[in-house]
Amino acid sequence: MTEQISIFIDNKPGRLNAVTAILQEREIDIRAMTTANHRGYGVAKLLVSDPHLAHQSLIEQGFAAALQPVLAVVIADRPGGLHDLLEGLAERQINVLNAYGFVIAPGQSAVWCLEVADLAQTARLVEARGWRVLKESELYRLPSSFSL
Amino acid sequence: MNAPAWNPAIEFMEREALERLQLANLRKTIAAALKTPFYQRRLAEVGLTCPEDITSLRDVRNLPYTTKDDLREAYPDGLLAVDREQVVRLHTSSGTTGMPTVIYHTQRDLDSWTELVARCIVATGATRRDVFQNMTNYGLFTGGLGLHYGAERVGMLVIPVSSGNTSRQIQLMRNFQTSIVHATPSYLLHLQSALAGAGVAPGQLSLRKAFIGAEPHSEEIRRKIENLFGIEAYNSYGLSEMNGPGVAFECIYKTGLHLWEDAYILEIINPQTLQPLAEGETGEIVMTTLQRQATPLLRYRTRDLSHWVGGHCPCGRGHRRLARIKGRSDDMLIINGVNVFPSQIEDVLMKTPEVGANYLIQLEKRGSLDRLVVKTEIDARLFTGDSDTLDELRERISELLRSAILVKPVVELNEPGSLPVSEGKAQRVVDLRPAF
Repeated sequence: MTEQISIFIDNKPGRLNAVTAILQEREIDIRAMTTANHRGYGVAKLLVSDPHLAHQSLIEQGFAAALQPVLAVVIADRPGGLHDLLEGLAERQINVLNAYGFVIAPGQSAVWCLEVADLAQTARLVEARGWRVLKESELYRLPSSFSL
Repeated sequence: MNAPAWNPAIEFMEREALERLQLANLRKTIAAALKTPFYQRRLAEVGLTCPEDITSLRDVRNLPYTTKDDLREAYPDGLLAVDREQVVRLHTSSGTTGMPTVIYHTQRDLDSWTELVARCIVATGATRRDVFQNMTNYGLFTGGLGLHYGAERVGMLVIPVSSGNTSRQIQLMRNFQTSIVHATPSYLLHLQSALAGAGVAPGQLSLRKAFIGAEPHSEEIRRKIENLFGIEAYNSYGLSEMNGPGVAFECIYKTGLHLWEDAYILEIINPQTLQPLAEGETGEIVMTTLQRQATPLLRYRTRDLSHWVGGHCPCGRGHRRLARIKGRSDDMLIINGVNVFPSQIEDVLMKTPEVGANYLIQLEKRGSLDRLVVKTEIDARLFTGDSDTLDELRERISELLRSAILVKPVVELNEPGSLPVSEGKAQRVVDLRPAF
């Protein structure tokens, strides 16, 4: 299963920068990230090339950081590409908690990362409908495109 | 002696007669105190076994001090000097470490408290024709009930609205032509901006006086309240250990707070050396009750700082005057009139495993009201990446604090290791409110 790294950060100038400084030093590549404000604090979520090293490095520097499994699904980069996937989830009453995405090859493929309550069940459902769920090894060494 | 007075015989009593009354009352108090296990022991230590051992008012200086810690240790009835059947009410206050203190009252205790409050009210020129809106909290807090019964005794129309709910306060003031209010100074400033926001000019109200207390404030704040509302504001002093409000109050001349010396012996001491201080020197207020049956207290250390005002008041009262309270000799915080000790906040945080040991208490002014911000650090080991859990944690801490200190704080979660590490409670408090 793919893992994202979640980091608790004070919502203050320079704190996000403190995270990226650590990743830069360890030569960790960021695939995608999102950060959300929660009245004074923030939680940043990152997909990186080496989540375990990132986690360990951040903890060593005193950060509150956690690895969380996410589902990374390959979708088509075209109008309606995400909608097709979401329709399947809605039919099964699957609730998306947090999500973010990024494009791999413009006009061809993109990846959508989502947190749901039951990851394994959702993964089975999505795969049964013909979507590809990325394995860790795939995500961290992304090819220039995926065949859909 | 043409100043308004509720009980002229006592209020304008000659000094000599007042001191004779004090001595007689002190002996009664010693007799009452000797009924409690706590004072039996304490008084025996200074060789005092009967009221007749007191021969002059100066003997008060040989009596043992009583502290808030003593009250806490004596809780719940180590200081009760009458049979329980004689007690008709009690007021408790939360202690610094969660252990409360209690003051019991017999019916006579309540009557004499009410009498003192009635004197305070009439000394400001208030009369039975006034409409009195009591904007302080009712319940265990003594501010609400204390003024309530005093105002009824005077014969005013009393509106027992209690604190908060500003739009209802304004509605009641307008509907019933409220002429006197009782509130904390910060609440009155808040009320004024709410009135302005509602487009109500002070001239449209019938307000003419305010009794302000429960939090230290400056002469400038009083003037500001007087000018904004176009009213007279009178400073009130009291503390739950000494009944509550009604201990000392300003008369129409506003030259300091007359302390009712037939009800209390007041000393001002140096809180470090415990030596008595001369008139005009600022120190800690120490008080002995002279009229209480159920919970007599000897030389209670209030931790409030003030000094005696010299000279005579034009009103003619012989009861001496205290200057407005300057602050505290301990770390107690006063937040919107509510007394809070930093250790109470620390207790709640230490019982919450999800937050670390480091914390910071920040006091701010938001508009006219105080705002308490409690900054904590999350424990890195318990972070799961889930923000719902963090929001629930913040809500839970806020609710625990609210029920412990009766003030709803803003709880801030911070990164581990981000708050300044400090030793001692005082250094964990940052008071950003403008100095009064």
